[in-house]
Amino acid sequence: MKMKKTFERDLMKARTGIEGFDEITGGGLPRGRTTLLSGGPGSGKTIFALQFLVQGARDYKEPGIFVAFEETSERLAANALPFGWNIAELRRKNSLSFIDAQPTPDLIQSGTFDLSGMLAALGAQIKEMGAARIVFDALDIVVALLPDAASKTREIYRLHDWLLANQLTGLITAKTGMEEGASSNSPQIGFMQFMVDCAVVLNHRVEFGVSQRNLRVQKFRGSSFDENESPFVIGRSGFDVAISRMLGRVDTKVTNERVTSGVKRLDTMLGGGYYRGASVLITGVPGTAKTTLSGAFAEAACQRGERTMFVGFDSDGSEVIRNLSSVGIRLDRFVKSGVLRMISARTITGSAETLLVRIKALAKEHRARCLVIDPVSTLSKAGNELTAHGVAERLIDWTKAAGVTLVCTSLLDEMNGQTEGGTPLQISTLADTWIHLNYLVQAGERNRGISIIKSRGMSHSNQVRELILSDSGVTLSDIYTAGGEVLMGTMRWERESAERVAGEVAKVAAELKRVSLDAEEAVLEVRAKSLQTELIAKKVEKSLLVRTTQSRQGELSRGRIRMRELRGADAGNRRQK
Amino acid sequence: MNPHTLQRFLLYTADNAENSQQAVANLTALCRKYLPGRHQIEIVDVFKDPKRALADHIFMTPITIRLAPAPVRRIVGTLSDTEKVVAALGLDLLPA
Repeated sequence: MKMKKTFERDLMKARTGIEGFDEITGGGLPRGRTTLLSGGPGSGKTIFALQFLVQGARDYKEPGIFVAFEETSERLAANALPFGWNIAELRRKNSLSFIDAQPTPDLIQSGTFDLSGMLAALGAQIKEMGAARIVFDALDIVVALLPDAASKTREIYRLHDWLLANQLTGLITAKTGMEEGASSNSPQIGFMQFMVDCAVVLNHRVEFGVSQRNLRVQKFRGSSFDENESPFVIGRSGFDVAISRMLGRVDTKVTNERVTSGVKRLDTMLGGGYYRGASVLITGVPGTAKTTLSGAFAEAACQRGERTMFVGFDSDGSEVIRNLSSVGIRLDRFVKSGVLRMISARTITGSAETLLVRIKALAKEHRARCLVIDPVSTLSKAGNELTAHGVAERLIDWTKAAGVTLVCTSLLDEMNGQTEGGTPLQISTLADTWIHLNYLVQAGERNRGISIIKSRGMSHSNQVRELILSDSGVTLSDIYTAGGEVLMGTMRWERESAERVAGEVAKVAAELKRVSLDAEEAVLEVRAKSLQTELIAKKVEKSLLVRTTQSRQGELSRGRIRMRELRGADAGNRRQK
Repeated sequence: MNPHTLQRFLLYTADNAENSQQAVANLTALCRKYLPGRHQIEIVDVFKDPKRALADHIFMTPITIRLAPAPVRRIVGTLSDTEKVVAALGLDLLPA
């Protein structure tokens, strides 16, 4: 089944190699058929067409011919130079060729003419190169030269038939008015849209002063496709079309590897740190040290030697570095060594999609393993509210797929009462770990509290901790909880020191008590001893008494017996009373 | 322009397409009329010599190129609009 699917795909579609576009169309342009690419001036038609040929020739071994009606081949090659496509090499290998067919300005028309001669000449070229792809760039120029509507239509038919007969994957570009479907379009271009098998429209609009480029597949005969507008940017390697994750894409590899958050005690709270490849969200109102926390992460990543990119929307990279150095986070050395790249995204203007694509391109270029976006909530500004959630989703999808550990901060607006409720981007539901920073205002102080709202797949502390920034770095401290009260900052310190003093006092008092008890004990012991002595004396006295009494009685009875003897009494056994 | 200079024309045709044949006929007739004995016409069939056509940036047929004298002039079409062709080539300024 899988094999068959791949086979079908290869058979029916010609991959463009353009990031995102092949996903939208389920494999590329219709093979052996004709595609019309239309758009306003400067919408990127020529670059798209050229990239289709360059990558076809380079990556899919399908030689191609570029028929240039507007720009000369020299100019095209020069314009494509920044993309690093190495057109000269492809031309040398005869897998890419340019046909200059620009009408000279002094061209005189007299009577009817047609394209058959050019097509015949091209036919020879195709045979020689074994070309499979062909681009007719700015066909509208030729159409405009043709004298009447009938001949325009006839020549378009001729071209289309010729493409089909030669089984070429053809791409025709044509200018349209500024707006899609504008009435200024020539009727022939409109007619072409019906004739071709696939039609792609490029748009370049300005919304709220922000340039928004997007691409839409208008039709694709015999194939399903993403019908929505997909934003794109023209980056350093050409087209990059933003797409959301498609169903059936392979799940990304997950890992149990942990990376440090840059704050030791936070790692402990998280049971070892963030997961590699996870997306971490740090929320908080302004000034709660979100940037600092993400800076600590970046520093730790750089210390491990991992390439890191820090995208700051709020301030310039150098400002971020200066500000972070005041809390002992030193990033400048890593910028110098090239491990860390600071991007000041204030200068990147554009839609949320543009920003994302730009960030992606920069991160790829830097080969970043760790990425900080500070704050990601910027994406939802400037008329991007509708697209922002999709952008956030794509951001996380992409970082996960690329195995990039993402830390992004998000501003929570106190005024909107969104505290802990959710972020405007709803990124909080997508993020793996959500750390919330807030202020506790007490006794004329603001102190920073840190708590972990969620952290998927790891046990994590439920405790609020105090975040302390000092010039030696970021540390966390247990907060003082007593009697249902949460104390931070000076109050925590006061309470702690008061407790220390009270402890001392109690200790001294206990010592005193012990000493006095010792004394009492001694007194009692002495008393016990004298009593004992007295007791012995009494006992002696008592035994003395007993003995004297006995001897006296003995004496008495002996006396009586003697008296009786002396009296001669006869009462032998009678007891004397 | 020296009226006695030889005028050289190059005409690209597409096989035996009708408009190509018309162009051949019209060019020949014009030269006979305005440039008797002072012209040279080379006809190149794109189907037979496509390389040359590509090198010459030919994307429409028929096309007539006057190579000499300078300036080079390119006229696309059957040359049926004689007046326009004559004016473009400056033939009307030549003594008959």
